[in-house]
Amino acid sequence: MLEIRNLHARIAGTETEIIRGLNLSVKAGEVAAIMGPNGSGKSTLSYILAGRDDYEVTEGEILYNGESILEMDPAERAAKGIFLAFQYPMEIPGVATLEFLKVAMNSQRKQRGETELKVAEFIKQVKEAAASLEIDFNMLKRPLNVGFSGGEKKRAEILQMKLLAPKLCILDETDSGLDIDALKIVSDGVNSLRSPDRAVLVITHYQRLLDHIVPDTVHVLYKGQVIKSGDKSLALHLEANGYADVIGEAA
Amino acid sequence: MNIHAGRVQTAAETALMDVYVSKMTALPGNTAVVSARDLAVDALKTAGLPTRRVESWHYTDLRNLLRAIPAGSETPSADTKPLVKGSSILSVTDGVAEGGQAGEGVTVTRIAAKLEDGSFAKALVSRGTDDAIGMINTALVSDGYHLDIADGAALALPIEVQFAADQDSHTRLAIKAGKGAKATIIERHIGGDAFVSAITHLTVDDGAEITLIVDQERSAGAVHLGQMNVWIGKDAKLVVFVMNSGGKLVRQEVHVAVKGEGSDFKLRGINLVGGDAHIDVTMTLTHEVANTSSTEVIRNVVTGRGHGVFQGQIKVFPGAQKTDAKMACNTLLLSDEGEFSTKPELEIFADDVQCGHGATVREVEPQHLFYLMTRGIPETIARGLLVKAFVAEIIEELEDEALVEALETRLSDWLEKNA
Repeated sequence: MLEIRNLHARIAGTETEIIRGLNLSVKAGEVAAIMGPNGSGKSTLSYILAGRDDYEVTEGEILYNGESILEMDPAERAAKGIFLAFQYPMEIPGVATLEFLKVAMNSQRKQRGETELKVAEFIKQVKEAAASLEIDFNMLKRPLNVGFSGGEKKRAEILQMKLLAPKLCILDETDSGLDIDALKIVSDGVNSLRSPDRAVLVITHYQRLLDHIVPDTVHVLYKGQVIKSGDKSLALHLEANGYADVIGEAA
Repeated sequence: MNIHAGRVQTAAETALMDVYVSKMTALPGNTAVVSARDLAVDALKTAGLPTRRVESWHYTDLRNLLRAIPAGSETPSADTKPLVKGSSILSVTDGVAEGGQAGEGVTVTRIAAKLEDGSFAKALVSRGTDDAIGMINTALVSDGYHLDIADGAALALPIEVQFAADQDSHTRLAIKAGKGAKATIIERHIGGDAFVSAITHLTVDDGAEITLIVDQERSAGAVHLGQMNVWIGKDAKLVVFVMNSGGKLVRQEVHVAVKGEGSDFKLRGINLVGGDAHIDVTMTLTHEVANTSSTEVIRNVVTGRGHGVFQGQIKVFPGAQKTDAKMACNTLLLSDEGEFSTKPELEIFADDVQCGHGATVREVEPQHLFYLMTRGIPETIARGLLVKAFVAEIIEELEDEALVEALETRLSDWLEKNA
């Protein structure tokens, strides 16, 4: 589903290269974890996949279902099924969450040539998804993420993911700022989306999240490259021994 | 150097004088009113229309900007449907008030009648040598309404005073809100490419709670010169909400005197400046007694070659301790050729006060745009949502849902055409 080949990227307008020859392959139905120390390029990778123009791809290729996405803007990528759950979701004053959800869902439907959702159907879908994530429906009448606690913001991200039903879900440090209960709710939300035609890319510092969202593959990112790949036991190894020996091995 | 004799009248100045000469015998007024008009005309002749050398007109060089007086049209163009369903409507068409009622507790008198009997003469005074709007309006005022809201009256629905103009219109609106009265008044300016001056006098007596909406949505060639003179009493609450979404040359002055302790004043302003419009909101506010508060928030959207202006002057008098005044002016600049000028001024003569001001000018926040787009919202729609949100935040402070909806519709219509 996702094929990244020899990707090089830098901060736009600078010589600072963050991603330096990254290769990664994720199949439909797979849950892949990306781990790595601070500054290894994890968040940058998630932004590049989503299409943020602060980064410039200088070499290599990102194929999604066999098609290059590099020329697509973020909205086109989203309509094709790519979703990024942000580490720090934006607070947007003046845009009511419900209104935002409706515009987002209908925009994607429109780009895929589907008809707009009827209001009743929309409300029903939102209510169901919100209940499963223990989100108070009234909270969704408030401006998007404004005044939401850290945990509420992360749950709101997963709510959006459920409603938009993407094919490639990228979770950027979704566990940061979550207490144990919230972590459980969020993980259950993600697990409910696991399916043979959907891939999940979990970016995290810690093994903790991977106890709840059990990965099929684990990749260690260091200095903008995948330096080691393995199964879930690799995450446990990292938890026990830190990154030093993996990094040493690669060097 | 002889300033007066050497000054050449501009075409617009000459046209203004011609309008006065042609209309003077037909304009209502007793001898006191006539002499007030003569004084105003003389003052205007002497000073001429203000240029950027006059400090209060620095960003709106009226002499230069007012090249000609719009010719006007015989055909009514305004959609007179009220902003809020069920409002009491008082109409003024091309400077002539229709007369009418505004429900229980409100006494409505035509300004023409008060000019004829001279009881309005004392309101026809100039604020100073730079008061071009006062002078023009005093010279030419023909009609309008005086609303006397009784002590303790609580109006369930708004009063909409509708100023529709397709020809010259020079009007006054005087509102006296009695002790403890509660009301929402909508001053609505609609119509075609006409030359308009409109002055409002508002007295908010002790304990009254008043919301005054000035909704100016004239056509793209109109000249609109507005002025509001406000007096606020003890424990009173006043919200003045100004929304400019039309006109080619617009100046709305808001002059507020906070006279009673325990009172609160809010100014909320929205300027939607597109095409080649020039829209100026100028406020002067005096906190004259202790223990009063005010907040001023102005949100502007500039597109095309629009030029917007906000001047906000707050004076805190000696002895006006515990004054709490905060002013903010935020602008979204959506085009390279658009422009916004802002000038905050604080003059504080008391030592135990809190006063602050801030101004920002920016484009749509790129990170917000990115976030919305990652949810599949195309760029143009995402931009529209963010611009609307920037302005709607201020509209949504109003408590009347019908009013919020009406103003947001107006906002959406403007954005559709201009952004």
